[in-house]
Amino acid sequence: MSIAVTVNNLTKHYGDIIAVDHIGFEVKKREIFGFLGPNGAGKTTTIRILTCIIKPDGGTATVMGYNIEKEPLNAKQIMGIVPEMSNAYIDLSAWNNLMLIGELYGVPKKQRVERSEKLLKQVDLYERRSQLVRGFSKGMKQRLILCMALINEPTILFLDEPTSSLDVESARLIKDMIRELNKTGTTVFLTTHNMEEADQLCDRIAIINHGQIVAIDTPENLRLKSSSLQSIEVSFDRAVNMDDLARISCVKQVKKLGDKVKLYVDEPSEAIDHVADYARSHNLRIITLNTMAPSLEDVFLNLTRKNMRGE
Amino acid sequence: MILSSFAVFLEQIKRSFAITKKDIRIYYSKGPVVVFGLIFPLFLLLAFTIGRNVSAKELFPGLIGMAVFFTATSVGPAILPWEARSKTLERLVCSPISVWAIFFGDILASFIFGMLISLVPLIVALAIGVEIMDLLALVSGVILATFCFASLSVLLSVYPPTDIPSTVMMLSSLIKFPLVFISGVFVPIEQLPEWGRIVASASPLTYFTDLARYSISGTSFYSVPVDLAVLTVFTLLFLVGSVKLHERFLPQRFS
Repeated sequence: MSIAVTVNNLTKHYGDIIAVDHIGFEVKKREIFGFLGPNGAGKTTTIRILTCIIKPDGGTATVMGYNIEKEPLNAKQIMGIVPEMSNAYIDLSAWNNLMLIGELYGVPKKQRVERSEKLLKQVDLYERRSQLVRGFSKGMKQRLILCMALINEPTILFLDEPTSSLDVESARLIKDMIRELNKTGTTVFLTTHNMEEADQLCDRIAIINHGQIVAIDTPENLRLKSSSLQSIEVSFDRAVNMDDLARISCVKQVKKLGDKVKLYVDEPSEAIDHVADYARSHNLRIITLNTMAPSLEDVFLNLTRKNMRGE
Repeated sequence: MILSSFAVFLEQIKRSFAITKKDIRIYYSKGPVVVFGLIFPLFLLLAFTIGRNVSAKELFPGLIGMAVFFTATSVGPAILPWEARSKTLERLVCSPISVWAIFFGDILASFIFGMLISLVPLIVALAIGVEIMDLLALVSGVILATFCFASLSVLLSVYPPTDIPSTVMMLSSLIKFPLVFISGVFVPIEQLPEWGRIVASASPLTYFTDLARYSISGTSFYSVPVDLAVLTVFTLLFLVGSVKLHERFLPQRFS
């Protein structure tokens, strides 16, 4: 079996509001799967359903073959979870937090101790293991929460906005750990707002908006599919008339970016020829010219706006 | 199949001990909680007995009744809203522990705390020469009543599904204080009017103070088996009720 998570027709309402609207997708084993969406799109509701915190109103989901409604204890036993909000016990020490979670996962004491030592050393918290979490910074708490999620050596790790508003060092440490875990075979399900993070980490990405999946693919394929967002960035040796550039065939939109001009085009190679012709005919010298693939952020905004317009 | 279900049950019980340990570390081992558990029942009792010619022997049933009742129900109602507010409840719910095991762990913590605190008035009573005629009845009563009140304390946090501890504490006080006044703590049941006896019979604390009175003086309003049986029924009612109702209302906290 190469599938880690299957979701079919999953639905969740809060009163009249439909938070998750008949969504379906699969996560392959050993992949890092990104789940992106604007605020209120249904990301956290989906992750809460998959981690058995709330029950769906309709549809089914399995995690590592376990039906989350029929076998929640088995499903939770093989998961590691980093919820969106910081939730270590602030009146317990880092060590006691790990011991507690280890006991809740039924990890034998010897392994609990060994794993806790290893994990705390990995995230640079070993020296502070006896301190109450109350005195920890947000970054330290988040690193501890990641350790708590890994104490049972999960086969699948769910992370809900794991690096949100963290300092650069903590965010990098967490991202590095996610990559390392994935290398050793752990499947990762990640929600994030950070497009750069999703681009750097994820093998595949699903974009959710208004409770519906609007796209699922690799980051590269999502960019390719959004060919309408291709552009070239060009700078000349002197100022140019933007209206002239807008009249060039195959240029759809012109944007001035400082001393550069960004031209949204259908066919970059054709557009480059036209721009070169334009420069020659106006005695302009091209200083720089770059073809730009759409960023994941462009793709995300394009898809979510289309979805809002009902396209 | 049966063996494997039993193994799962035992594993869950083991995990609920982790909840108990956590509760004791975080909520019960605080100085103010212990001091409150000891002093509050004593002061309440003194307020009702000073100026009246009441012997230590007569004081004891009420004192141990209130000590057991107030200590076993002191923190239990606030644990759930505290955990909901600090987002640790989500951490517990997504761990492989059943809802019943989480709340059983909370009940056990209240039970252990109540048992330890109730030892104090017992030791004081023995030290000042109160003679206990039926230690077995008293000990079984203390154990059963503490578990009963610990279950009640967790039941009190079921509704409303709020994350404000003071709201739950206020609502639980509205239930706890009237119970003390109708349970024969200050006036033995036999001295209550008929309507008072009927009202008193609805409170689990009535049966424990009656049992405590029997263990000291050898006389009681109900027989010992009736006291123990009714306490057992209340315990089961509160235990099953708290687990079932929490299973029903817990998801509302994450909506």
